[in-house]
Amino acid sequence: MTGVDAAPRIAWRSATVVDVVQETSEARTLVLDVPGWPGHRAGQHVDVRLTAEDGYQAERSYSIASPPEESHLSLTIERLDDGEVSPYLSDELRSGDKLELRGPIGGYFVWEVETGGPLLLVGGGSGIVPLMAMLRHRDRALATADMGTRHLLPVRLLYSSRRWDDVIYRNELTRLAEKDPTIEVTHTLTREQPDGWTGFKRRIDREMLEAIAWPPSEQPRVFVCGPTPLVEAVATNLVELGHQPALVKTERFGPTGGSV
Amino acid sequence: MKKRATRKRSADAQRVDGNAAAGILSELFVPDLTTARAKCAGCGVSRTIGVLLVYAHGMGTVMRCPGCDAVIMRIARTPTHVWLDASGATSIAVSAPR
Repeated sequence: MTGVDAAPRIAWRSATVVDVVQETSEARTLVLDVPGWPGHRAGQHVDVRLTAEDGYQAERSYSIASPPEESHLSLTIERLDDGEVSPYLSDELRSGDKLELRGPIGGYFVWEVETGGPLLLVGGGSGIVPLMAMLRHRDRALATADMGTRHLLPVRLLYSSRRWDDVIYRNELTRLAEKDPTIEVTHTLTREQPDGWTGFKRRIDREMLEAIAWPPSEQPRVFVCGPTPLVEAVATNLVELGHQPALVKTERFGPTGGSV
Repeated sequence: MKKRATRKRSADAQRVDGNAAAGILSELFVPDLTTARAKCAGCGVSRTIGVLLVYAHGMGTVMRCPGCDAVIMRIARTPTHVWLDASGATSIAVSAPR
């Protein structure tokens, strides 16, 4: 059949590291130049492939942290001590180094301003990465919008981390919420809290979601991302609270080394 | 068919979403299959492939129905092929291109 507007096969490309940002002690952002990058949507990921000198290859998926409006591609890598790939990406890779990646991948777990809101984002640990791409996209897309437009697309983020120093993008999240009253950021710190902390101190549960989330009658678009146990508990709780399953999209990251 | 109750709990903690298989599926299908709908041969329910539960092992990837736990697709990579068993899907429907 001719004339079919099919997307091209996703090919492996060479990417060059142009900058490295240490987000927390365990999380590092690689800023990449990817010639010929076709563009992406917030929430998508890339597959990264590393080839050792003996030819051994390892592949891992990483969510894209940068919004589609950015010309460089950012990936935020969380270092897993016993990881096969993340220690190399976290410790060894420097500006000028190259890596192979393919993408963008995944049309299911995506959000753009056109999708509408309200928007509820729930993340645990490095699950914040694709959610941050969505927040950054929203910020850029609405940069010239008036407050009325922003009020049509309000967003609430509930973000679970172990400690205050483990919160990835901490300062940027504070800035975003400060300058835009239609963004609400709520943290829960599950292991340790700074002195004087008045926020949540426990894992996300039904009670917390009921307090923070938009009511189901608002029909929020929901995106949940992080370790599998957290994502499944949150998704189950949200559906029990009355949210439509079709509006709750999940991206499980698999097991985690510790609790978030 | 291994039922959920007999599978190790650790396997459940490691499962991921259909999204995670999008990369290897892109080696088999041109359109993004995670937004396509698959009808489960086990329970007859059609679901978006993005919501299927993905269990990745060294040898490959298994995609299960979140409703009845039946295996919908198995994907494995060999030195010479990417191998797909989609017998657990009665049908797959991809949105018509514009």
